[in-house]
Amino acid sequence: MFSYCTEPDTLEGMMWLSCYLTTGKHMGLYISVVTVLVLLAITAPVALMFGFAAATAARSHIAPLRWLGKGYTSIVRGVPDIAFFMFFVIALDQGFEWMRHKVKCPDWSEPIRQGNDFVVCTAAKLPLSESPQWVHETYAFFLAVLTFAIVFGAFAANVLFGAMRAVPRAQLETAEAYGMTRRQTFWRILVPQMWVYALPGLSNLWMVLIKATPLLFLLGVEDIVYWARELGGTKNARFTDYPHGDWRMWYFLALLVFYLTFTKVSEVVLERIMKRLTHGQATAGGEAQRRAEA
Amino acid sequence: MSCWVTIQDYALRSIGIGERLLPKTDFTLCQQFTLIGSGMFWNIYFGAIALITGFFFATALAVGKNSANPLFRKPSEWFIFIFRGSPLFIQFFFAYFVFLSLKQSVPFLSPFTAAWLGALVVLFCNTAAYSGEIFYGALLSIPKGDTEAADAYGMSGWSRFRRIVFPTMMRLAWPAYTNEAIFLFHATTLVFFSGFPVLGQRGDALYYASYFADKTFNPFIPYPILAMYFIILTLIVVGVFGLVNNRLNRHLPQEAKAKMRFRPNIIR
Repeated sequence: MFSYCTEPDTLEGMMWLSCYLTTGKHMGLYISVVTVLVLLAITAPVALMFGFAAATAARSHIAPLRWLGKGYTSIVRGVPDIAFFMFFVIALDQGFEWMRHKVKCPDWSEPIRQGNDFVVCTAAKLPLSESPQWVHETYAFFLAVLTFAIVFGAFAANVLFGAMRAVPRAQLETAEAYGMTRRQTFWRILVPQMWVYALPGLSNLWMVLIKATPLLFLLGVEDIVYWARELGGTKNARFTDYPHGDWRMWYFLALLVFYLTFTKVSEVVLERIMKRLTHGQATAGGEAQRRAEA
Repeated sequence: MSCWVTIQDYALRSIGIGERLLPKTDFTLCQQFTLIGSGMFWNIYFGAIALITGFFFATALAVGKNSANPLFRKPSEWFIFIFRGSPLFIQFFFAYFVFLSLKQSVPFLSPFTAAWLGALVVLFCNTAAYSGEIFYGALLSIPKGDTEAADAYGMSGWSRFRRIVFPTMMRLAWPAYTNEAIFLFHATTLVFFSGFPVLGQRGDALYYASYFADKTFNPFIPYPILAMYFIILTLIVVGVFGLVNNRLNRHLPQEAKAKMRFRPNIIR
């Protein structure tokens, strides 16, 4: 990285450290930190959308839609979510390949499940076996995002369903008295008001989501846990310019600090958002704000 | 091979009794049920012991966090923040590598690198921090009248805590504590997927479930079996905690009893 890094053996102290922390492999670690942030940035809105759809479905007047919404939200309960993570990654992968197989190779006669193997025609493989490495990595990441969104969507649905019920009934009655249809009431009255009730639950969920990101490691993505193990392991002078002993402990300490900082920052930001959303609401919090200003 | 023979061979496989080799081909449903069930031993072991020992530490942490003396308050606050603010998965890894390096200087600590003790310590600290926060919240919401009545009777110190504060704290915290217990049992599945090695393929339920899913490339059988076991475990936990809840609330009129709400949280 730096010009003085050509002879690492001669360096000492901070100089050595600055060279050590900017090697190509460490760049992999920093990229994986970005991966985590990207995962959070994509998953949070997608999970919120899943949750919103499921919560709306659970309130529906059409029975099958209601069952679907309620079934989805309640099925994630009672089972360790790590089992869900491991299940969905394989199940989604096989599901996609099965669908492509049905479309692309209609005249395939052999069964797909042959004993212990899952065999689809070559054209249906996902990603295609000749596609470059980055496609495979992106596909794995995409599956991970989808899995996270499905699991956390169920929990978001739970929160949003509760929040929709917490909006004062009088508000909706007023809307009906003005002659709004069910759809109008929903979009104009219920949805704008529900967020303040949903926020405590959603911020809790966000904290949990942050803390679930190391599980990417189990989903086959080269994430921070992978790199921390890789980089921290004992390095022999024969294979690297930067030999050191077993430093995995320090790498995981750094991860611990990273997550603690992230949690703390989120806490502060969410508190601010809550303050802003409470403003002018007919709740105890809003009332307290009004009194403090007056 | 009949199912009974399989049960004899594999029912105690997770603690190292029975057949040494895991099945390699021709997996039967019976084998999957038996082995995954056998793995539940570890989940129950970790969950139950961490919960029971963590309970006492959690009470101490809650009282410490509520203390006016910063000498007690600050360490409790930091302990709770560190264990609640970071992922359990990373805590497992960190603890494992700390124990590994400690082992080199203090050979006496070598059992800590094995899951049965090392992971238990992490789970103990983790559940103590989470429950400590729950208890602290309950401590803050003890009705003012209760403590005033205690003062009026001339109670102070230990007798006030034991007779008034502690029972009310438990009563208020119990529904949330039930969720924490469920949540802890779910978290035990992480142990063998973090740094802690699986010795002689003696793993927990998820370890065996993923073993079958890897071998058969079919997730649709082992994971639902695992889910079934965990739902049963969850129901048992809810049942037992419900009994305790009834006992804690037995002095209240029937309608006023706090309804237990089953709301398990997700990964920590």
